[in-house]
Amino acid sequence: MADAISQVAVDLKPRRQTLERRLGLEHSMFWSTAFRTLRAPGGWSGLLIVMIMVLMSIAAPLVSPYDPLEIHKTEQFLAPQSPYLFGTDEFGRDLLSRTIWAGRISLLAGAFAVTFAMAIGVPLGLVAGFFGRTTDAVLMRVMDTLLAFPGILLAMAIVAVIGPGSLNAMIAVAIVSIPTFARVARSSMLTQKNMDYVMAARALGAGNGRIIFRGILPNAIPVVLVQISVSVAFAILVEAALSFLGLGTQPPDPSWGNLLQTSRKFLYQAWWYGVFPGAFLTTLIVGLNLFSEALRDALDPTRRNLF
Amino acid sequence: MARFIASRLLQAIPVVFLASVLVFLLIKMIPGDPAWVILGENARTVEYEALREKLGLNQPLYIQYGKWLIHVLQGDLGVSQINRFPVGTMLVLKGQATLELALGAMFVSTVLAFPIGIFSAIKRGSLIDRLLTLVTSLFYAIPTFWLAILLVLFVSLRLKWLPPSGRVAPTEDFGQFLRLLILPAITLGVPTSAVLARFIKMSLLEVLQQDYIRTARSKGLQERMVLIRHALRNALIPVVTVFGLQLGNFLGGAVVTESIYLWPGLGSMALHGILTRDYPVVQGVVLFVVVVFVVMNLLVDLTYGFLDPRVRYD
Repeated sequence: MADAISQVAVDLKPRRQTLERRLGLEHSMFWSTAFRTLRAPGGWSGLLIVMIMVLMSIAAPLVSPYDPLEIHKTEQFLAPQSPYLFGTDEFGRDLLSRTIWAGRISLLAGAFAVTFAMAIGVPLGLVAGFFGRTTDAVLMRVMDTLLAFPGILLAMAIVAVIGPGSLNAMIAVAIVSIPTFARVARSSMLTQKNMDYVMAARALGAGNGRIIFRGILPNAIPVVLVQISVSVAFAILVEAALSFLGLGTQPPDPSWGNLLQTSRKFLYQAWWYGVFPGAFLTTLIVGLNLFSEALRDALDPTRRNLF
Repeated sequence: MARFIASRLLQAIPVVFLASVLVFLLIKMIPGDPAWVILGENARTVEYEALREKLGLNQPLYIQYGKWLIHVLQGDLGVSQINRFPVGTMLVLKGQATLELALGAMFVSTVLAFPIGIFSAIKRGSLIDRLLTLVTSLFYAIPTFWLAILLVLFVSLRLKWLPPSGRVAPTEDFGQFLRLLILPAITLGVPTSAVLARFIKMSLLEVLQQDYIRTARSKGLQERMVLIRHALRNALIPVVTVFGLQLGNFLGGAVVTESIYLWPGLGSMALHGILTRDYPVVQGVVLFVVVVFVVMNLLVDLTYGFLDPRVRYD
């Protein structure tokens, strides 16, 4: 009996304040999501990986030991050793420096493609969802059509039209990414548009544009954020694949994709050639995936702990 | 049911139609006039006009599209500009190779995914679960072209177990065919196994919380039986969807894997077409792949209903 009473007393005690509450984060959607994302092991470790990669690419001129294009005639195909930690390539160029510089292209491709895709896809999706009927049917059939192409194949076909190269590959990846953003924004619009606050805004005389972009868009931000983190990884992979197929970044400029492509010619002589760039690319993708997974869990508590 | 099939078909038709317009326009948007390309720069204007007339290039775009579409619907996709081979015949030949690879990859991903998914569901939260989650994140993130390079480096060049690339027809030498299939199938199958394993785990975890599982356990069934007879069966339903969608992906998206292992499938055909600017080939492959993809999606939707009677068709 005494035990039971003390148990009740324990239950009645105010619950220990969580760190989240003590910092006063629970009232802000943004900060509480950020907090929960970063508290998850995948969240902080993923972000850490991505940050290291980003910093490394930005500081490429400072951290890479050599110029990525500098040729050392007598030092071709050196296995990893000091001073060439990742070895050298067929022109005696330092592979560590080339791998570091190559990260710039990949990260730029991810950022560019996703910004572009979002800037076009999100308004399209919002408009389709808001107006419904014919607008929706037409826009979404076009998006479905783009989705019916396997991503890499569509990107290849676009590059075939506009020509190979770094920028064109990024544009192709961006176009391929548009429909997913449109879909996400549309479904978010569908759940929002019948809510009371929209009706209230309308009653106050707000126009369609104001309701869509000032009222509903901010509420679509969480799902769009998740989509961004997923799409960046996708964009980086597709750009690397295009470069790998010879349709993206052209040599002598290094990108992870074209380094891997060139390494195939020298598999017998130089095992290290493709191993390191691929490891960097894979690490970055793992980081991005971990982070997006954590972000999704933070935004949707019902999904938590399933994986 | 019939209504559902009809409505899904009606949704699929505009997509295929729009895709055909897109594929047609994509080629039309390529800079450069085909007539000049065929004639060369020094041709006379008269010849140029005559060729444009002959090729139908001076007709309005929609008429050109209409004519092209009629040919396509009759199975005539034109001929390759490089070797004058009919594109339709090429699609059949290459499609066969791609199908072999796709089935091989599905096999690999299933063999990997089921043990991983089931173990991490029943041992949820344990060390083994965390380890398997780590493995699947790695499987999921690894770019196929890097995985392929590592496999060739290690399995072919170092251990000399398997040949690095190429394909022989299964009718010619089945043993060699299998040896050549193993590495590409692993390369393509590994990332998919991660997706499948996650779905198996998620869906199994959900099913294991249901009341009928408790009933099965409380009537004294062995855990193995509960798992196999009761849980797994229902857990498989969403997995079928992933399976079908991935198969659709393989049929069109194996460009990278095929090009690395010199596997002469649709992906290689598309890449080769693009690199040699062989546009009838590019048009043909892309259109074919889209149709296959749409049909696969449709089949997946329909199977879903057969497997789970709770899914309503209206």
